[in-house]
Amino acid sequence: MVTMGQNRATKSDFGRVLRRAAGLIFASGLVAFAVTVPVTSPALAKTGIVLAITLEPPHLDPTAGAPAAIDEVVYANLFEGLTRIDAQGQVKPGLAERWVIEDDGLTYRFILRPDVTFHDGATFDSSDVKFSFERAVAEGSENAQKGLFSAIETIETPDPQTVVIKLKRKEGLFLWNLGWGDAVIVDPASADTNKTNPIGTGPFKLDSWARGDQIRLVRTSKYWGQKPAIDSVTFKIIADPSAQVTALLAGDVDAIPNIGAPESVAQFQADPRFVVTPGTTEGETILAMNERRAPLNDVRVRKAIQHAIDRQAIVDGAMFGFGTPIGSHFAPHNPAYTDLTSVTPYDPEKAKALLAEAGVAPGTKLVLKLPPPTYARRGGEIVAAQLKAVGFEIEQIPVDWGQWVSEVFKGDHDFDLTIVSHTEPLDIGIYARDDYYFGYDNPAFKALMTKIDGVADPAGRNTLFKEAQRMLADDAANGFLFQLAKVTVQRKGLKGLWQNAPIQANDVTGVRWE
Amino acid sequence: MAGFLSRRLITLLLTLLVASLVVFWVLELLPGDVAQLLLGTEVQPDTLAAIRAQLGLDRPAMLRYADWIGGLMIGDLGDSLVYGIPIWQMVRDRLAVSLPLAIMAFTFATAIALPFGMAAAVRRGRLLDVILMGLAQIGLAIPNFWFGLMLILAFAVLNNWFDAGGFPGWQEDPVGSLKALFLPALALGLSEAAILSRMVRAAMLETLGEDYVRTARAKGLSVSRVLFGHTLGNAMIPIATLMGLQFAFLVAGSVIVENVFYLPGIGQLLLKAIFERDLILVRDLVLMLSGFVIVLSFCVDIAYGFIDPRLRGNA
Repeated sequence: MVTMGQNRATKSDFGRVLRRAAGLIFASGLVAFAVTVPVTSPALAKTGIVLAITLEPPHLDPTAGAPAAIDEVVYANLFEGLTRIDAQGQVKPGLAERWVIEDDGLTYRFILRPDVTFHDGATFDSSDVKFSFERAVAEGSENAQKGLFSAIETIETPDPQTVVIKLKRKEGLFLWNLGWGDAVIVDPASADTNKTNPIGTGPFKLDSWARGDQIRLVRTSKYWGQKPAIDSVTFKIIADPSAQVTALLAGDVDAIPNIGAPESVAQFQADPRFVVTPGTTEGETILAMNERRAPLNDVRVRKAIQHAIDRQAIVDGAMFGFGTPIGSHFAPHNPAYTDLTSVTPYDPEKAKALLAEAGVAPGTKLVLKLPPPTYARRGGEIVAAQLKAVGFEIEQIPVDWGQWVSEVFKGDHDFDLTIVSHTEPLDIGIYARDDYYFGYDNPAFKALMTKIDGVADPAGRNTLFKEAQRMLADDAANGFLFQLAKVTVQRKGLKGLWQNAPIQANDVTGVRWE
Repeated sequence: MAGFLSRRLITLLLTLLVASLVVFWVLELLPGDVAQLLLGTEVQPDTLAAIRAQLGLDRPAMLRYADWIGGLMIGDLGDSLVYGIPIWQMVRDRLAVSLPLAIMAFTFATAIALPFGMAAAVRRGRLLDVILMGLAQIGLAIPNFWFGLMLILAFAVLNNWFDAGGFPGWQEDPVGSLKALFLPALALGLSEAAILSRMVRAAMLETLGEDYVRTARAKGLSVSRVLFGHTLGNAMIPIATLMGLQFAFLVAGSVIVENVFYLPGIGQLLLKAIFERDLILVRDLVLMLSGFVIVLSFCVDIAYGFIDPRLRGNA
């Protein structure tokens, strides 16, 4: 039998032990903490930059595979092509110093830069150009953009500084095509190992790649052109948008070239340590409609859907105001752009009337498949609400890219609606393809695209591009939502990052600290 | 003991075999194709076919399963379809992050939970118990990634004591690597400590009520001997079980905290591999993690034997 008194004594004994144990733990905690507190190093003048990127490239060979993450690291920094696309989306000389177009636009004579070497010391000459392009189109090649080279008939190398390319047909975009990452020049000796050990002609070479963590490029001592102001660039792989934000706030990275958390932009705008630069991309964000299926094969229904959509509300709600509403499949910053948002303005009453005319009963169900990006998932919520307001019943299905490609883009095209951004530059030609995923089929449009390819004069091309845009808007070929923005957030004093993204790249050759 | 071990080993192999079948065939049903994802939507059909052949994706599923298992038998995990490098290298690099992270978090959790749980049990119903269990309740309610964000805010953004994330690598910077794991380990450890301390308290309370504890005190043993010599040992069986489960979770399940601190760990690798349809990598990782859990529970069973001699004979 334990008395109350003894019991109390026991508890206070326990208490003593506890206090002693607690003291010990607290003390060891302090020690552990003291050990881990870093010695702050004095702030040094910065000579390199650290950029946050969302996706890690699977490898570093831009001529193999499609992931944009490859170009985001190596384009213009590590690998170069005959031409290059600059920050404004203009075609500029690259490894070709100049060129002459002869023979009514069918023969291109490129004069190459002298004294260019690859990072391993190999000399660059015309044979590398021939090798690179023939390798790209060879059977079994991994090049994801063989179409870029499809017009090439023959490649001749009369001397080490000259390349003569003859085309089968006129191609207005040929010089632009050669500026893509998929068309960079590689050396025969290193081509097969470029995936893990990239050897290019650019001003930076690979220093280290800690997989899953970061890729570091350093400036080469020998470069044919203007030496970059920074001596290194580190691409820090941070998949989570909010982790990118905290990394920038904590000073671990110097810039987020394309912020994935638009909700955080206001915070950076209010902070004098940072500069926010909104820019444009080539991403036409569309509500694609499966025109193989009823009722979407009826132009009235497609128009009704476009009328039911308030584009600005989607830009504001899903993208925090970043993005420009579009009325057709064309980038607003392109000289050939024409604003067609007024062809089918937001007008729910008109939408209902068109649906009634087309005999679509209220409550008709449509499946909306949404890939992972913010524009699709958040945009999808708003699109669904707007379509419900005119009488549709929308089933939203979130999918990952693997599912999207196999269910929506290929296979049975099992979808009614999907939201996706078409990020390839100047890609209005997809509406002329046979059996493309949304199933738009208009012979007049196909004829128009063929006509454009034969026109070399820019003004003439622009007129035809405007005609093409209008045709798509009149047909409501898809629901045209907005042009995807690219918002860069960077530390103050960092200059020279691309404001816009004419191609998906982080060209840091002109970056400097001020 | 030999019989016990061999029975366990057979169970282990059978479980792994079943797991390999499940993970292979379930992933076969997953829509999406790694070659298509790698080559994009503009790729021409002949290129796609060439790459599929190169990756061996055009072969029948049965053959691919046999290849995979055959490779595993001789210790060959295969090459990643996306990265094109040997999987064992990737796993090795990621384990160099995930394992120390789990050990560190586990140490934090244990160092907090054991004293807290014991204190709360001894002081049952008193103020200390209410405070500690209140803290545990809060620890349970707060998701570890949110706690991680708060730690980043306090120690990386407001004070620049730590980096907000990333991992410099053991060879390059051992001290920096240890530091890089500190905050994520704390975020993970505190959530686990909350769960564990409640279990410690409950197990201790049950044991403290036993007759032999009263007897031990009555025969004049000191408080600490009763507590650490008689009570804790007997309370350890359920605690050890939970700790085993927690450790397995910390190795495999810290993907969200890895994301917040952008650590290149196993969890992130698995997630990425699923999204990219790098199925060989997914299969290897899932099988490896299930094998790990099975081995760990086996270790816990062995540990029972040390904790409680009565379980050695009939386990």
